[in-house]
Amino acid sequence: MKKKLRSITSTINALSAIVLVLIIWQAICMSGLVPGYMLPSPFQVMQAFLSEFPLLMENAKVTLAEAFIGLLCGVTIGFLMAVLMDRFEKLYKAFYPLIVLTQTIPTVAIAPLLVLWFGYEMLPKVILIVIATFFPITVGVLEGFRSADEDAVNLLRAMGASRMQIFRYIKFPGAMGSFFASLRISASYSVVGAVISEWLGGFSGLGVYMTRVKKAFSFDKMFAVIFLISFLSLVLMKLVDLAQRKCMPWENQKDI
Amino acid sequence: MSELQVIGVSKSYAGRKIIDNVSLTLHEGELICLLGVSGSGKTTLFNVISGLVAPDNGEVLLDGEVITSRPGHISYMLQKDLLLPYRTIEDNVALPLLIRGMPKADARRQVSPYFQEFGLDGTQKKYPRQLSGGMRQRAALMRTYMFSGNVALLDEPFSALDTITKSEIHTWYLNIMERIHLSTLFITHDIDEAILLSDRICLLTGKPGRITEEICITEPKPRRKDFNLSDEFLKYKRKILAIIEADRCT
Repeated sequence: MKKKLRSITSTINALSAIVLVLIIWQAICMSGLVPGYMLPSPFQVMQAFLSEFPLLMENAKVTLAEAFIGLLCGVTIGFLMAVLMDRFEKLYKAFYPLIVLTQTIPTVAIAPLLVLWFGYEMLPKVILIVIATFFPITVGVLEGFRSADEDAVNLLRAMGASRMQIFRYIKFPGAMGSFFASLRISASYSVVGAVISEWLGGFSGLGVYMTRVKKAFSFDKMFAVIFLISFLSLVLMKLVDLAQRKCMPWENQKDI
Repeated sequence: MSELQVIGVSKSYAGRKIIDNVSLTLHEGELICLLGVSGSGKTTLFNVISGLVAPDNGEVLLDGEVITSRPGHISYMLQKDLLLPYRTIEDNVALPLLIRGMPKADARRQVSPYFQEFGLDGTQKKYPRQLSGGMRQRAALMRTYMFSGNVALLDEPFSALDTITKSEIHTWYLNIMERIHLSTLFITHDIDEAILLSDRICLLTGKPGRITEEICITEPKPRRKDFNLSDEFLKYKRKILAIIEADRCT
């Protein structure tokens, strides 16, 4: 009960901060300090959003599809890599540094190459998202596997458990927490990754829409799409939270 | 009938001998305490008995069958309850059965009558963190029982509990041992606990550890309430302290 109350108050605090920023923004625009074509007011952004709504949704569908497919592949690959690297120490030693290296390459730098190699369709975008999303999963899940309690593993061994059973009863459920923490990061990467890859070539999607309105200097539409993208990321993260609650029921139980 | 025999077990790690020629026999329904200062090899001996570690010499027999370095016959219980936080109590205690390949529904059915016995009725669907320390240890013991039937290895199982819970759980343990015909090999460094619970106390002393002394506690069970304040109790305690002291000086 108390916890719920606290979460409501913290939501109120966060909301009022956002409203405050919007009010200041609106005031600056109305005062004429900044010319209207440079910085549209929140109200104008809202209007742009409403008038462009059908177009935005159409493009959002494409972007979300890319993000979902990319995330799904990224998570699958990331998870499998974690499993393999946990099972085979040699694989871990050989590939872990390489995987870290892939993350030092800026996404924006390889995106044009991917477009040149794989064309303007969905494939290069999905590849980019996979590159961006598998890494947090691999690292998080691997960490989860490795933090398995040595004593618990020994106890199961004493009970005659096979390696597979130890994985099933200890390592896998033990890594769920870190898996979901990583998934939250990867989910937000997936949307951003999709947009960035669309900037560099494509026929539809929020990133393509963005470059188009930028060229037309329609800053109000620009802001509208920016807000839409962050909103979509938030929704995705919320979905991850819900999935976590569903998959880890023991975390929701009250202590004694 | 369950009888555990340890015959001439020795074990070295990295060239250093930890236990040397340790033998003991645990009869049905008996409780033996292994008492010794830390580093005397008690836990190593347990690892050998449970089959996790292969001894350099010697054998472990359960009801006459050799089980040396063959895990899957005798389970143990530690100070940490090691209940898996993401499984309900019911699924935690059923784990040994699942590992043996029993289907989940059958395993649940098989453990269910024991909840009453172990004083855990109503906790079936709860998660470990919702239980008190004493209850968690009882659940851990129940899991041990589901696994190895009538022989239990306990490695300082109650040392993390507070004094009152501890004394409650002692009474409870002796009681349940009687009812489910459990034999127990018990590691502790708490002398009072050892005298209170044991039929025999084996003192593991020296480096490498050997069983140098065996003390029978002749006080009949169930033990009277003020046994730990009696002269006999103190006599046992003095004797044990003297041996441990002598061991420390050498």
